[in-house]
Amino acid sequence: MDWQFILSVSLTTAFGPQAIVFALAAIGLNMHFGYTGLVNFGQVGFIAIGAYTVAMGVDTFGLSFWLCVFLTFFTASVWALVLGVPTLRLRTDYLAIVTIASGEIIRLVLRANTFTDTTGGAAGIQNFAGDFFGLNPFTGDRKALNIPGTDVGVTYSANQFWVLLIGWSIVALTCLFVYLLVRSPWGRVLKAIREDEDAVRSLGKNVYVYKLQSLAIGGVIGAVGGIIFAVSRQSVVPDSLGTALTFFAYVALVLGGAARVLGPVLGSIVFFFLSAFVDVALREAIEADVITFLVGSEVGVVRNILVGVGLMALMVFRPQGIIGDKSEVAVSVRR
Amino acid sequence: MSPDRRTLHLLFAFVLAATVLLGSASPSGAQEPSDDEREVAVNVVDRKGTADRQDDEPVGGVVIVVTDDSDVEVDEIETDEDGKATITLPGEGQFTATLDLDSLDEDVGLPREGRDAISIDPNRARILNFTLGDRERASSSTWDKVPQLIFNGFSFGLVIAITSVGLSLIYGTTGLVNFSHSEHVTWGAVVAWWINVDHDLHIIPAALIAIAIGAASGAIVNRLVWSRLRSRGMSLVAMMIVSIGLSLAARSLLQLLFGGVFRPYRQFYRQGGIDIGPITTTPKILWMIALIIVVIVAIASLLQYTRIGKAMRAVADNGDLAASSGIDVDRVILFVWALGGGLAALGGILFGLQQQVQFEMGFRLLLLMFAGITLGGLGTAYGALVGSFVVGMFIEVSTLVVPTELKNVGALLVLVVVLLVRPQGILGRAERIG
Repeated sequence: MDWQFILSVSLTTAFGPQAIVFALAAIGLNMHFGYTGLVNFGQVGFIAIGAYTVAMGVDTFGLSFWLCVFLTFFTASVWALVLGVPTLRLRTDYLAIVTIASGEIIRLVLRANTFTDTTGGAAGIQNFAGDFFGLNPFTGDRKALNIPGTDVGVTYSANQFWVLLIGWSIVALTCLFVYLLVRSPWGRVLKAIREDEDAVRSLGKNVYVYKLQSLAIGGVIGAVGGIIFAVSRQSVVPDSLGTALTFFAYVALVLGGAARVLGPVLGSIVFFFLSAFVDVALREAIEADVITFLVGSEVGVVRNILVGVGLMALMVFRPQGIIGDKSEVAVSVRR
Repeated sequence: MSPDRRTLHLLFAFVLAATVLLGSASPSGAQEPSDDEREVAVNVVDRKGTADRQDDEPVGGVVIVVTDDSDVEVDEIETDEDGKATITLPGEGQFTATLDLDSLDEDVGLPREGRDAISIDPNRARILNFTLGDRERASSSTWDKVPQLIFNGFSFGLVIAITSVGLSLIYGTTGLVNFSHSEHVTWGAVVAWWINVDHDLHIIPAALIAIAIGAASGAIVNRLVWSRLRSRGMSLVAMMIVSIGLSLAARSLLQLLFGGVFRPYRQFYRQGGIDIGPITTTPKILWMIALIIVVIVAIASLLQYTRIGKAMRAVADNGDLAASSGIDVDRVILFVWALGGGLAALGGILFGLQQQVQFEMGFRLLLLMFAGITLGGLGTAYGALVGSFVVGMFIEVSTLVVPTELKNVGALLVLVVVLLVRPQGILGRAERIG
């Protein structure tokens, strides 16, 4: 077993494009769950909306890449209204039920043969981000950055470096945005809704509108993650947008610490480090015949089992995650 | 699963894969083509109008005519029962294989427009695939399909109803929206498959054992997880997230143990159709409908007339009041979990008989179950039955206008419209929420 290789791959994944996507998805969920107490199980739907707005806009409708990026704000907000208008007047259960269905519905519609001319069907859409990579100032081969004095480090291609530079900048800006939002009077109302909806209502605030706004903002942030998801691969395929993605984002959020601005970012980095570590270590162990009861193709499944168990364990034993505050996480009945 | 059983499964999967690979590469044995004679394998498959590859069926007895570039017929072949045939090309040159549409049976679909003829590239093509079922037959008008669709909706709605009663009762008694209910459904079907196929027991006794195991599993999961979380005072929102984690973990575990493939039960797999008026069905579907109706009547009697049934409805209605009038709420909840687990297992087995067993089968039903119980009124047992039934009917009949692959989208639409118009559902009681 090559531990240097395993650690290097894990570090590369932990700071790679995937971690950016899930950091943004989890920041969006933090807006919903962490600050407003809404349970959105369809964040993958917003990721899909972001990814396909850009891919379909460029490839199918021939729009400019940058226009499509702006359009995403619009499409994701509309989707939030579709989900929120019928459910947010009701108990939070209804939002959870509708959203878990919505993510799967989006995938089914995107992969349907009927709309292949528009959506690309099950094969998806490829090569639509030429405008973005055209601005790439980095050139040359893959570069490795090692931790000084060791052979352990990260390796990215020039295009990946460009995605990472822009991606992590967006994450930083989004965190700043969320920080300012939740410290504003508007943000205090959100937290009050999370703690006691009826009390807020009795103070004359329109809880329904606040919830809709929170759902839309968190959804748009998730959709921006979706753009990075699509651009970093230069490809969108409906079946890569399964329901499991939502739960990865939840694990990232709860692991880092809900209701903390940097919680989801930390959570995403740690989650992808652990996930890649388990993944590569298992594959290495199988190759080296240390583990004989699994085959390589089952590693992803084992990882999903661990994600599921991890989410349960976190919610039960450490709901505040790494940097959260237990009194801010709505996990126990206080009344 | 024991290690040697796993090895056996892997071996099975490997042999299956190898057979498929070899089968498609050289269907008539590995004969090397001579210089001037080339063989081309032909497959004819009915896709049944769906993207789902699992329900594809090979079509035998199809005549395929091969012509050369000046439209002279050089070969005429007929597919065998595996939908396979071999064309022998007389030499170099451009040839075209054309499907004789008149040789197709009435009940198989037609190929997509323009895909009934495939030109054979003399240098590369070794395999020709004809896919049928991409185009509807013009002969069967829309209205002719209505009775069949209503019947399909009827039987499918009953399956959803039987699985969702437990989900609704659990919600009613504990307030938990249990997203892992779908895995109780799959678990029942998979256990029955193991007993049926690995232990070679007929499906009926196997199903009875699996239902008992399903009921026990429901009770055990409640004891190990949910009753503990309730006594810790965990909020319902947090429990919902725990149930999502449990769902993902359990589904992946089932995927690991059972593999990703669709597998049928030993008995009642392929049955000849019988015609009742305008409807074509199979004996197993009719038995299934009868069985579900009996079970539903039994559940209704249980809820209506027995002590425990009345207690269940009382707890679902108002837990605190029920407790203060002397009902042992924890015992009732345990019973609800066992009932829910058993019914989920039964529903899973019936769903597996209707289609096939697969690790995601329950998850595919989950959306429909939620649509059903929301439509009927969250937390009510009878509402779950009515709502699920309506949802099943709606999505089948909706295929009149909606492509089959998109029929489940209609379920979400139902959900959204119901929440907008009557959020308490058909049988739910209006309460001021927000």
